[in-house]
Amino acid sequence: MLLSVQAMTKTFPGTRALDAVDFDLRAGEVHALLGENGAGKSTLIKCLTGAYHRDGGTVTLDGAQITPRSTVEAQELGIGTVYQEVNLLPNLTVAQNLMFGREPRRWGLIDGRAVRARAREVLTSYGLEIDVDRDLGSYSVAIQQIIAIARAVSLSGKVLILDEPTASLDAAEVRMVFDVVRSLRERGLGIVFVSHFLDQVFELTDRVTVLRNGQKITTESTADLDRVRLIEHMLGRALEVEVSDQSADETYHRRPEMLSFRNFGRRTVVEPFDLDVTKGEVVGLAGLLGSGRTESAELMFGVRSAQTGEARDQTGKLDLSGPRAAIAAGFGFAPEDRKTDGIVADLSIRKNIVLGLQARRGWARPIARAEQNRLADDYIARLDIRTSGREKAIGDLSGGNQQKVVLARWLAMNPRFLILDEPTRGIDVGAHAEILRLIRELTQAGMSVLVISSEIDELVAVADRVIVVRDRRHVAELSGRRVTGDEIMRAIASDDEEGDAA
Amino acid sequence: MNTRALPLYATIAIFLIAYLLCWLQFPNILSTRVIGNLLTDNAYLGIVAVGMTLVILSGGIDLSVGSVIAFSGVFIAVVLRDTSLHPLLVFAMLLAITTAFGAAMGVLIDRLAMPAFIVTLAGMFLARGAAYMLSIDSVPIQHPFYKALQSTYYLMPGKGRLTLIGMVMVLTVIVGMIVAHKTRFGASVYALGGGEQTARLMGVRQGRTTMLVYAFSGLMAGLSGIVFSIYTGSGYSLATVGTELTAIAAVVIGGTLLTGGAGYMFGTLVGVLTMGLIQTYIVFDGSLSSWWTKIVIGILLLVFILLQKGLLKLSQSRLSGAS
Repeated sequence: MLLSVQAMTKTFPGTRALDAVDFDLRAGEVHALLGENGAGKSTLIKCLTGAYHRDGGTVTLDGAQITPRSTVEAQELGIGTVYQEVNLLPNLTVAQNLMFGREPRRWGLIDGRAVRARAREVLTSYGLEIDVDRDLGSYSVAIQQIIAIARAVSLSGKVLILDEPTASLDAAEVRMVFDVVRSLRERGLGIVFVSHFLDQVFELTDRVTVLRNGQKITTESTADLDRVRLIEHMLGRALEVEVSDQSADETYHRRPEMLSFRNFGRRTVVEPFDLDVTKGEVVGLAGLLGSGRTESAELMFGVRSAQTGEARDQTGKLDLSGPRAAIAAGFGFAPEDRKTDGIVADLSIRKNIVLGLQARRGWARPIARAEQNRLADDYIARLDIRTSGREKAIGDLSGGNQQKVVLARWLAMNPRFLILDEPTRGIDVGAHAEILRLIRELTQAGMSVLVISSEIDELVAVADRVIVVRDRRHVAELSGRRVTGDEIMRAIASDDEEGDAA
Repeated sequence: MNTRALPLYATIAIFLIAYLLCWLQFPNILSTRVIGNLLTDNAYLGIVAVGMTLVILSGGIDLSVGSVIAFSGVFIAVVLRDTSLHPLLVFAMLLAITTAFGAAMGVLIDRLAMPAFIVTLAGMFLARGAAYMLSIDSVPIQHPFYKALQSTYYLMPGKGRLTLIGMVMVLTVIVGMIVAHKTRFGASVYALGGGEQTARLMGVRQGRTTMLVYAFSGLMAGLSGIVFSIYTGSGYSLATVGTELTAIAAVVIGGTLLTGGAGYMFGTLVGVLTMGLIQTYIVFDGSLSSWWTKIVIGILLLVFILLQKGLLKLSQSRLSGAS
């Protein structure tokens, strides 16, 4: 056994984050570490990399007990980590990043030529032939991620921990990174793989360990495991068939049309499209990263103004020249990048919830504190936001709960059309299902929702109708029984016109 | 091509074009006399700007340097007047003081996690106050060794004088280039400027690096103070007010990103010389008010900030186009 963790325990004030967790890693395997947010994955990893100090238990690496005190020390012991956000410096060259801290020196000064030569050598072994003298920031995230892996491996060389390395990559890039990971497995490294994407877990890993509430639930060979059982392990309950037959409802087009976009578009952003939304409908928007999904949403919400076409409801033309106008027209938009565009991390849950409402009322008419408290408590209860109180800073909540607060902010304003861009990104499986259920509830109350997602299963589960976007064009519309994973995939993948049934 | 070096090329191009335009009007401006004077007159600014470059590269700022230069002059003048110590010994004492002063600011910035702006602002008032305490009058320096320093020069072809302080400035820039581009400490400085948390994860010792950066800036400010005292032959507590801002301007015109992490030491030299050239032009012209220097520097600064923003946009759009 390369790395063996026995009875690791870690307690934080009020919670036991890890409760006697065992974990082992063989040389030459990719071992998935799964669990919902708060299950203890990241605590376990942080204890291994020295970011936290464990309270109890032992860690044995290559037969010797270790107690790393810092990430640098863990690296020296042989445990390297690559995080979701590339932890390299975009302002240094690729070579500088790779060799940082151990640059070859001559006469005490850094030997730039040797740095570049060594960097080139390292990257060639990963099949990457790039100009190492360019800034790291000028390369795509996937290449940066591979460089980060190369650095971690060359520094440590025994254990590689990949913490959600693929969260911001598209499919082709994921394949590229996976090829690198597989070649490292062949070299005999032990690799810990943390991801929310179960498909990737099944594609890449040899074994799976599931944590829940700080305890180890199971370690099994991936080949012996199926998806449903894995999710049951993670959630600790049998998965309800909540994600099935909703799209069979074909009565929607008898419902009254609420909004209609005609010839709506903007040059170089999205080609003009037509879209009708009926009351209480969930429209899904599918497509690859960068295909124009988010851009379509931004156009509808006025983040970027449309150059052509118009939007109207039953009463007439709508003004969507900017977000303020769109809000006034009863629109809401929960953007993709929750951390930077969705929440104000330092403000409390209460302030985040009333933010939108207050902005609409204007500063001259402040919402009374009691009213704010009532609103906050109401939504915390209604959306089941898990927090110790309404005054907690939203930045301290988990991703799923942050997303619920963002939803609460819009719900407080009672919009008729809500756009959700990747509402479940970076959210654990449990909260995931809850948010999908919430969307259903909202539409039953008459609200219309547009959901953008890269997870096709999610769209199939929640949407009445799916629009497929490709190369900045709306290429297909699937409804009723045609809303299936296969159909959506086919529409995304086909690059000729014939699949474009509208 | 690497977009990172573009501001440096732009700086050099602007300097050369400006020199060409001056030369077309006043052919004399290319003489070694003018060049020698350019180096001498801007020696103290060039030296302090070297320290400032490193500070800005690390993502910080040092507002104390102008006051430290004034303090240095007064300190040297008063000690030489009141004691019989040899100037070289006084120089050593002074450099020790200013380096320690810088290091102390660095430690405070790191330990208290305070913005460098505030800590060095306090340092600015402290150093200026200390200078007033020593003397509020301009104190002349009469020591014969000073006379020797002032009259040391290398006669370039064409009768231009490369003075001692001019040489010190050029040497300082070379040392600065080595420190910034050729040492692991320099790499750590760039890393901090690129992102503190990431730098820490990559193994940068943040506390030590921050302390050394401000210590280096303090050392440069002290050296600049010595050079300034040789240049003026006196120490005056009201001297070099606002020099820290001129130095920052020189660094930015030299192509260094004010937010840290990108830039070149050599660019700072070009930035200093560009500002000196404008002044020289005004002297040659004779009819222009010296306020034009400020106006042109203001315009140059604006151009460079816009240039850097533009380059940032360019590299981002290229990246998104590539992926």
